[in-house]
Amino acid sequence: MQLTSDEEKALKGERGEALATAYRILLAIGEATEAKKLVPITWAHVSGVNYNTIGDSGVEFLEKLSKDGRVAVKTTINPMGFDAVKVNSLKLNKEFIAKQNRIVSAYERIGVTRSFTCIPYEVFDLPSKGTDVSFAESNAAVYANSVAGLRTNKESALSALASSLTGKAPYSELRVEELRKPNVGIRVNYELDNEVDYGLLGYFAGKVAKNSVAFSGVENLSKRNAKSLSAALGTSGSCGMFTHEKTSEMIEFGKEEARKIRDELHTSEKGDVITLGSPQLGVDDLSLLADMVQGKKFRKRCLIFCARAAYEGAKKLGYTEKIEKAGAEMLCDCCTCLTPLIDRNEVDDVITNSIKGAYYLSNSNKVGVCLKSLKDIVREECA
Amino acid sequence: MLEEFEGHSEGRMRIRCRAIVKGNDEGEALVTKQPINFLTMIDLKSGIVKDAKHELYKKNIANKVLVFPNAVGSSVGAYSIYALKGSRVAPKAIVCKKADITTASGCAIANIPLVDSPESDVFAIKSGLTVKVDAVVGLIEIGEK
Repeated sequence: MQLTSDEEKALKGERGEALATAYRILLAIGEATEAKKLVPITWAHVSGVNYNTIGDSGVEFLEKLSKDGRVAVKTTINPMGFDAVKVNSLKLNKEFIAKQNRIVSAYERIGVTRSFTCIPYEVFDLPSKGTDVSFAESNAAVYANSVAGLRTNKESALSALASSLTGKAPYSELRVEELRKPNVGIRVNYELDNEVDYGLLGYFAGKVAKNSVAFSGVENLSKRNAKSLSAALGTSGSCGMFTHEKTSEMIEFGKEEARKIRDELHTSEKGDVITLGSPQLGVDDLSLLADMVQGKKFRKRCLIFCARAAYEGAKKLGYTEKIEKAGAEMLCDCCTCLTPLIDRNEVDDVITNSIKGAYYLSNSNKVGVCLKSLKDIVREECA
Repeated sequence: MLEEFEGHSEGRMRIRCRAIVKGNDEGEALVTKQPINFLTMIDLKSGIVKDAKHELYKKNIANKVLVFPNAVGSSVGAYSIYALKGSRVAPKAIVCKKADITTASGCAIANIPLVDSPESDVFAIKSGLTVKVDAVVGLIEIGEK
């Protein structure tokens, strides 16, 4: 990869250690992905905020980087481990809280926006179509490429952070027009009914596609189903984009394929706790939920993860009151994935409508998962 | 220029490859055909492979030239490579079949020389042999035990 003379100087440390580290990261990823140069980006969305995700080595790295590292472009960050406002009422150990706070302080020194959201595309205004951004959260990267018309690779926590500090990203993979062409197509041969079905499709696609995948039979996606599909697609493999064009090779996705994926993720017929979110709920999701649960009560503990910006918006419109009246706990700044709020010493099985959530609850929190659509959750778990 | 690096000379075999993270180092080879998940498979304090299903189970990657196809799992595994370096139990150099972004970024922040795309089969290298990695020109040299 060719660097400009300014980039070379920064790489050598002439503009500080943090920037040199950032260029080292971009250079390594650029070489590995066969980039010829770096291109400017206007917005970085950084993952690796939850202490459960990055651990002690992440804390140490970020504290060191935050000594002289500063954002060069708008930078938003992923959810952390708890709701910053409700932290004292949540059952969390002190060490977790202290380590999480060190991570947040380091990011603040670097100069990020305290967004704590995995749906930046829903919370913030989008730049014009075709703009290069650098999104690390996988559901956000897939959504940005496939629905929002932006360009990003499926960045890692470190590559997005390096892009934040430099305002640049390697020109490779999904940033290159020819490489955005899907190399595999999937024909959906039955009518998908709800967000769980779209998630199963996404998870299936992530296993068979490389960079980009084409779907036929799921045109006119609602935002809710697009979120579910993007999140599941980003979970099961390296694929960072879907389109609706035709490809020469088409793989069938039918009820049998959906059942196989469901069997892998649906590991329990019941659950003690319900979680909604992963991705976090936006204002539209909260509006729908408020309508569905009006006048009803959840029979079980129900955790609803939403972006704080969405919560504030929904509160003004009266949605949060209806949801809280139904007995659900609304949590901002955090999400289902790797949440410390679901502890397998206390919870055996969780009910969720999120395929991405199901994957992480199963593999990281090590609890059983009962997959149900939102409609079924309200019908069966509310009275 | 590069021809002279190929084949055997003085009992040493040389393999051309691609330099990903610049640097040079030399150490005992530890070779596996199985991918590595740095986040879940390695004990970050000792460098010992703790995954009982992995063929390197109970082996220590500390100060070795680690040869493996690519990393798998969360890209947060890059922080694990950084942690290994902090505990002074990181590999001296890494040779991948195809470097992934987790290994590339992890080596970048931990200053571990990394090469990939070797022109001949690196999995034929026997663990225990001395391997010299030149991640500036892109060359590995396999020596005697």
